[in-house]
Amino acid sequence: MTSPILTARKLNKRYGRVIAMEDCDFDLMPGEILAVIGDNGAGKSTLIKALSGALRPDSGEIRLEGKPVHFSSPIQAREHGIETVYQTLALSPALTIADNMFMGREILKPGIMGSVFRQLDKKKMQNFARDKLTELGLMTIQNIAQTVETLSGGQRQGVAVARAAAFGTNVVILDEPTAALGVKESRKVLDLIKTVKSKGIPIILISHNMPHVFEVADRIHVHRLGKRLCVVDPKQYSMSDAVALMTGAMAPPDQEAVA
Amino acid sequence: MTDAPGSAEERLPEQETVAEFNSSHKSNFHRLLGFLQTTPSAIPLFVLVTAVIIFGILNGNRFFSPFALTLILQQVAIVGIVAVAQSLVILTAGIDLSVGAIAVISSVIMGKFTFDLGIPGELAVLCGLATGLFFGTANGLLVAFVKLPPFIVTLGMWQIVLAANFLYSGSVVIRSEEIAQVAPILQFFGRTITVGGAVFTYGVILLLFLVLLMSYILSQTAWGRHVYAVGDDPDAAELSGVKVKATLVSVYAIGGLICGFAGWALIGRLGSVSPQAGQLANIESITAVVIGGISLFGGRGSVAGTLFGALIVGVFTLGLRLLGADVQWTYLLIGALIIFAVTVDQTIRKVSL
Ligand SMILES: Nc1ncnc2c1ncn2[C@@H]1O[C@H](COP(=O)(O)OP(=O)(O)OP(=O)(O)O)[C@@H](O)[C@H]1O
Ligand SMILES: [Mg+2]
Repeated sequence: MTSPILTARKLNKRYGRVIAMEDCDFDLMPGEILAVIGDNGAGKSTLIKALSGALRPDSGEIRLEGKPVHFSSPIQAREHGIETVYQTLALSPALTIADNMFMGREILKPGIMGSVFRQLDKKKMQNFARDKLTELGLMTIQNIAQTVETLSGGQRQGVAVARAAAFGTNVVILDEPTAALGVKESRKVLDLIKTVKSKGIPIILISHNMPHVFEVADRIHVHRLGKRLCVVDPKQYSMSDAVALMTGAMAPPDQEAVA
Repeated sequence: MTDAPGSAEERLPEQETVAEFNSSHKSNFHRLLGFLQTTPSAIPLFVLVTAVIIFGILNGNRFFSPFALTLILQQVAIVGIVAVAQSLVILTAGIDLSVGAIAVISSVIMGKFTFDLGIPGELAVLCGLATGLFFGTANGLLVAFVKLPPFIVTLGMWQIVLAANFLYSGSVVIRSEEIAQVAPILQFFGRTITVGGAVFTYGVILLLFLVLLMSYILSQTAWGRHVYAVGDDPDAAELSGVKVKATLVSVYAIGGLICGFAGWALIGRLGSVSPQAGQLANIESITAVVIGGISLFGGRGSVAGTLFGALIVGVFTLGLRLLGADVQWTYLLIGALIIFAVTVDQTIRKVSL
């Protein structure tokens, strides 16, 4: 029996009177693609923000590879190899693509220029960024030195996904990564997700797009009213079953059977 | 009904040409805005060069001489240095109303510590610089950790520092001759280098050095990129791995330190230590920053632009004075420039959203 790489137990988070998470549990297995589905406002983003250090749960426990972790910032989660594409993308519009990809983990020039004068190696970062975007098929971007605000919504999403895929070594979290993408670009992101998985890195995919979820997911975590309702196997459930679970039209299966 | 298709066909070519004209017109406009987006100091540089040429033609050699042009540099040196500090803060979408007061209290500490405590001038200078650093850090901590709006924090700090300055100094001026005798180091930035007719004070050199140094730091180091990211969108910056709070505190702290240097340079400029000096430095520095093309909404602009902004004010001031114009014309034109600069910034931002 393999043990989960990332787990959460009894997470709680309130925003004033709004309960965003209530005794929420979570498990991610090594090497799997776990889809998280749920209605708008179910608390999916809140859950993954807790996992990625973007917010501190009011209570509850998160374990990475069995060891309890307390991320107080996304930087700490990143240092543990957890990379996240947030629903809001978290890009700085006035900065360049390369600046954004390397934000908080900049590469310095070799030698004295880097060690003493702290000069950034912009060439190296730009080349890296260009390679990663090309892998994603975002060739439409003409100039890697252009600012993010000059990109289309889909291109911006591509930059955010490329950043997470390039640096994630332990877990990659994607909060609706295809929401703004066209058919072709969505396909590229799905392919990229499979590529990341083939490297053995587990992925958490939040999506409202059932065909996407059922195409790539190994397991589906159904989120409802701030907590995990159940986890289902996409091979044994249909898309309409999943939607029914999400909306409460169908009762969850016996938990023990799946977990 | 029957002739509808025909008329549509007739209209089509016309519509196309209109659309074509519009799009090429629009794309040129967009190209210009795109250029200004990446090179926000282009407009102030253009205004500066134009103003120098116009005043040069109107005033002749009285204006267009190495002496007069370097005089402008001397006159803007203090405000320019303070404006470098202001630039850092405004790049983070903040504002610092306390810069002038911090500069003045730093200069007062340098003077009083030398004469009242009898410590060596060098040590007193260090104490003055530390004072600037202290107040800047206090601003930064309040903005970053207590999450108060920068306007309010620095409005309060301005009053506190100014009052402390008057209480401590008793509004007493320390005279130039005394300083020259006891601690000439305090007047260090008043020393000059003369090249031909051009006169550069050390204060001017400090300004130019600070502008070069900050330009390098802002564009070439990770910290510099983080300053822009924090000003652009602090939430996005935090999520993408920037230590937003630490960046904010360091910006205000470094701003305070630079104000300490401005206080030191102020003694050089005046010769004396005067608690009444520099009262308008906060407004004048904001003026230089805004005319220099830094966005008040943060994340856009450059320190080079700020230097141009400060110089534009200096050129207008001297140019109009040599023409014998009422000084109010200077304020009027600078006021118009401020509004123009913010309009340009808004246009650029709107296009990018
Ligand atoms: N910063 C916040 N302040 C107050 N309430 C919040 C905040 N963030 C989220 N909430 C509330 O928490 C609940 C869960 O929000 P969350 O963003 O996690 O939902 P979601 O499942 O990601 O929804 P969506 O599918 O629309 O992205 C919602 O009721 C929301 O209003
Ligand atoms: Mg969400």
